[in-house]
Amino acid sequence: MAANRKVDKVSGVETTGHTWDGIEELNSPLPRWWLWTFYATIVFAMGYVIAYPALPGLSGATQGLLGWSSRGDIKSEMQLLNQSRAAMRTKISATPIQQVVADADMRQFAVSSGAALYKVNCVQCHGSGAQGSKGFPNLNDDSWLFGGTMEQIQQTIAHGVRSTDDAETRVPPDMPKFGADQMLTAEQIDQVTETVLQLSNQEHDQAKAAAGQQVFVEQCASCHGEAGQGNQEMGAPQLNDAIWLRGNTREDIRAQINSPKLGMMPAWNGRLGEAATKELAVYIHSLGGGQ
Amino acid sequence: MSNTSNENLLGFHSKIERNVTLLLVLSLLVVTIGGIVEIAPLFWIQNTIEKVKGMRPYSPLELAGRDIYVREGCYVCHSQMIRPFRDEVERYGHYSLAAESMYDHPFQWGSKRTGPDLARVGGRYSSEWHLEHLKNPRSVVPESIMPPYAFLANNELDAKAIAAHLVANSRVGVPYNDEMIASAADDMMAQATAGADTTALLGRYPKAVAADFDGNPKVTEMDALIAYLQMLGTLVDFSVYEPDKNQR
Repeated sequence: MAANRKVDKVSGVETTGHTWDGIEELNSPLPRWWLWTFYATIVFAMGYVIAYPALPGLSGATQGLLGWSSRGDIKSEMQLLNQSRAAMRTKISATPIQQVVADADMRQFAVSSGAALYKVNCVQCHGSGAQGSKGFPNLNDDSWLFGGTMEQIQQTIAHGVRSTDDAETRVPPDMPKFGADQMLTAEQIDQVTETVLQLSNQEHDQAKAAAGQQVFVEQCASCHGEAGQGNQEMGAPQLNDAIWLRGNTREDIRAQINSPKLGMMPAWNGRLGEAATKELAVYIHSLGGGQ
Repeated sequence: MSNTSNENLLGFHSKIERNVTLLLVLSLLVVTIGGIVEIAPLFWIQNTIEKVKGMRPYSPLELAGRDIYVREGCYVCHSQMIRPFRDEVERYGHYSLAAESMYDHPFQWGSKRTGPDLARVGGRYSSEWHLEHLKNPRSVVPESIMPPYAFLANNELDAKAIAAHLVANSRVGVPYNDEMIASAADDMMAQATAGADTTALLGRYPKAVAADFDGNPKVTEMDALIAYLQMLGTLVDFSVYEPDKNQR
């Protein structure tokens, strides 16, 4: 090879010997800075392989001299995080919720933390402004299915409603399927629908409403109250106000009497822990409807 | 480097460049070494999959729901992979384990989150919420940009076909036994029918969520998809999981 070496006369650089149309290809060496950077990356990679988990083997990968692992990393990061919250969280756990609110520091922590937890865990059903939607209660108003005191709100959040994985969950009696199970005739349902419309001061048929009164007293009043005032012990919604969980039209009400949809809320104690559910209760209570 | 060794090295390289057969053979050798190092250790999967309690094959209805999840391309917008980072663990729960997708063929880790991660969505919301949300996402989440999937409630599932899905999965290593395959159609109907006897179903598939999810007595694709979603991330019992034995 050395014998065939050709050097370009103009640049003084060796050529590859390829010529095309009288033009020769230069064999320029790589720039020094590039070459040394390349060598440096090789050296770095060797160090990396020694320091960090890298080479797979038969019974797991090499551990690396630093002992680093991504799961160890997240463990220590979460420990740090929990430590930074621990003082306040322990205090809040041990303090009755009324006193949490009375203490300025604890209240501030609980409301801020509750607001953050709400955004992650609650908005999907109750809405980003706690406005709720059809079938999912509004949390800003003062109408509460299971009570609006801080203790009651915490109980609902912590253990849920009809939750399948919490022994202390709220178990309201299921509203019967008056139509689907043929407990009432279509005419009776028609009439009692008018009675319910009358209770909430909506446009209704006087004669049918009067005819449905009997059925209302016999079938509905035991849970929803004689005057439709509702019953929080049973999670029975108030019917004589303008707040409707599942719609206030004639069709909505008839559908709910015919084959009611039953609400369900997951229990959050298991996922979030007791202190977090307490913080959420303080936050929800502070939205305006708390009692 | 002396001038001569440099010359020899370059000389050898130019020999490879000029001999196609030699180039092919040596390229193959290099790729083989890379392949052995990267792929071969995966065959010793006990290194990869954590030992956990509670993981089980999907129930027939969940498996049917999973097929719909794949068919509709849910993975294009939703991942099923909670990475071991603080923000993800805080938002979604415990980071995903390899064991949690060991019965996935193919896995649904995804690589894009237009919507949230779904690896632990099971039990987070009521089944009624899932129904309303799938029918019209904006009825419950006004800010959502997810398309509606209301048509799933109109598509009836074919109970006869499901046993073959279990057989196919068992051939690639999912431990469905003969009893599970024989009762696949019955299990699928039982899980999506209100008031059905689910004792046998829950014996074979503990923690399966059984309900008539869409309020339609027929077993629809909507039932299957909600059953699948309500199971996601709920199977592994983390109270007995030993993270220190699975550091990596």
